[in-house]
Amino acid sequence: MSDPIIKIENMNKWFGDFQVLKDINLSVEKNKKIVVCGPSGSGKSTLIRCINRLEEHQKGTIIVDGTELTENTKNIEAIRAEVGMVFQQFNLFPHLSILDNCTLAPIWVKKMPKKNAEELAMRQLEQVQIADQSKKYPGQLSGGQQQRCALARALCMEPKIMLFDEPTSALDPEMIKEVLDAMVNLAKAGMTMIVVTHEMGFAKEVADEVIFMDEGMIVERAETKEFFANPKSDRTKLFLSQIL
Amino acid sequence: MNKLNLLKPNKENITTYLYSGLFLLFISLFDVILSSFFKINITSFLPNFISFLLPLVFGIIGFHLIRIEFSGIKNLDLLNKNINTNTFNAVLTLLIIFCIIKIIPGTLSWFIIDANISGETKEACTGSGACWTYIKIWFNRFIYGMYPNELQWRINISFILLIALAFVGLIPSEKIRKFLTLYYVVIYPIIAFILIYYLISGGSLGLEWVETGAWGGLSLTFIVSFFCLIFCFPVGMFLALGRRSALPTLRYISVGFIEFWRGVPLITVLFMSSVMFPMFLPEDFFMDKLVRVIIAISLFEAAYVAEVIRGGLQALPRGQYDAAKSLGMGYWKMHIFVILPQALKLVIPGIANTFLALVKDTPLIFVVGLLEIVGMLNLAKTNPKWLGFAMEGYVFAAIIFWIICYAMSRYSQILELKYKTER
Repeated sequence: MSDPIIKIENMNKWFGDFQVLKDINLSVEKNKKIVVCGPSGSGKSTLIRCINRLEEHQKGTIIVDGTELTENTKNIEAIRAEVGMVFQQFNLFPHLSILDNCTLAPIWVKKMPKKNAEELAMRQLEQVQIADQSKKYPGQLSGGQQQRCALARALCMEPKIMLFDEPTSALDPEMIKEVLDAMVNLAKAGMTMIVVTHEMGFAKEVADEVIFMDEGMIVERAETKEFFANPKSDRTKLFLSQIL
Repeated sequence: MNKLNLLKPNKENITTYLYSGLFLLFISLFDVILSSFFKINITSFLPNFISFLLPLVFGIIGFHLIRIEFSGIKNLDLLNKNINTNTFNAVLTLLIIFCIIKIIPGTLSWFIIDANISGETKEACTGSGACWTYIKIWFNRFIYGMYPNELQWRINISFILLIALAFVGLIPSEKIRKFLTLYYVVIYPIIAFILIYYLISGGSLGLEWVETGAWGGLSLTFIVSFFCLIFCFPVGMFLALGRRSALPTLRYISVGFIEFWRGVPLITVLFMSSVMFPMFLPEDFFMDKLVRVIIAISLFEAAYVAEVIRGGLQALPRGQYDAAKSLGMGYWKMHIFVILPQALKLVIPGIANTFLALVKDTPLIFVVGLLEIVGMLNLAKTNPKWLGFAMEGYVFAAIIFWIICYAMSRYSQILELKYKTER
């Protein structure tokens, strides 16, 4: 077994007095696809936001690709450049065109020449099938298109790991599929992915493992088939009976 | 023909209602116009009070009669929909029209009909209206202050050059376009400074030195406003960022700075800059009065600009910060490429507001003895040969300031449109 690309040990996090994450232990190997599910408020989003340090943890260690996340700003920026993230609310930059959204970080963070960055961006946009929208602004696109653009933007940094924070929760039902399709393609291409989602169909199709969280703890972690066929804990059973 | 119901005008007798209504409206307006323009009161045979209110009553009845819904006449429907929806609105409409009519003759006669502009002395002003002769004679001083007449070409050339250089942005060349921000933010102010230092101030290159105390009038208004606008904006931006910084020292310094400058009146700041400030400096260190004033006003306005920009920063959703960070951008890259462009776009109206206030605050520099246009007016109106023309002077200054401020306001609206992208 290869070294885990993400290794979290005894990680704890508080928002003020409220403990959101309790003793999280998690390691993820390269090229694995993990789906994180659980009721709202269970700390799923916070967990993956800790992995690229959009949230700071107070106790324990997080090691991403051999680098520990500490106060060191340089390390954090280097990690973030390797860890892509897709948000629930898309968070595209509304003042930039779709193409500029995709090339901004490669040009200024990775110092890529503009021409190469644009070629790369167009390739990624083609992958998610919105290359024809590249001159438009985010506000002119549908939700599904915006989310696919957000995916392309993250991929333009050529990340080693992709984090998805409920990528389909803010979408109209008919647009969910186009985003999931793009994610399935990405999974098949071998990307390491951690996906917080309620889309169990997606989990069944691509996930290697499923993690169930509740009240800030990892309640259950199992191979996908095992997870859906015989969940061990009662809370998992209850959750699955409600969601499926 | 149906029976006429005067209380409920309807479509069936539309012509009758329309003509009688319009006739009453006509009488009402005719009466007001006659009394306003020709001082003739056609209803003088009535008691004073009734004669005064008669046009309003006629007008109300007239409007009532023509208030016919869906008349089918386009203009009438438009009128009814916009200014004649009910009796209250009709009264408001009438009162506004009456006020305008009453004001016109007085204004016209003061500004034009009874005004004088010929002649060279106060005695030329014989009419009861404005004495534009006063403005004409002093015009040169109002624009150039005490700047020597024979050297004024230096100011003219500088300003013409600066105005011409301001239009570089309109050149449709991709090569120049790339450097446009750099040009406007750095190069243009430097050119302006060089022009002002060498050409207007002089003292080298064979040009006679003119001390800043002699500068004045509208040209000084422009110089002070221009440099203050240019300096206060970046300072304000850094203060806004500093106030939101995670570093406590930086944050407290910014808060302290902003609250200090916002808490003191500009006039005391200016006074301090000219009287107190030099006391703290080493003896052989000299800083020109104008420079001190520009620094003082810039810091003062920077505090206001900072708070306006902070408002814009706070209006941005947290997701924008998250997205920028998740792409590996550091603090400065995130702010320069993602946060500030959006925040500044949001606060264009607020910034324009602050800048207009700044321009209109410049007359306060009279406390340190610098006389821009309003200062020159005050000086001129106390000249023994020209006593009694304060009104003309202030109206003139008001018009000048209005033109400057309206131009700035229009420009800010153009910017808003230019940077508008759908969210």
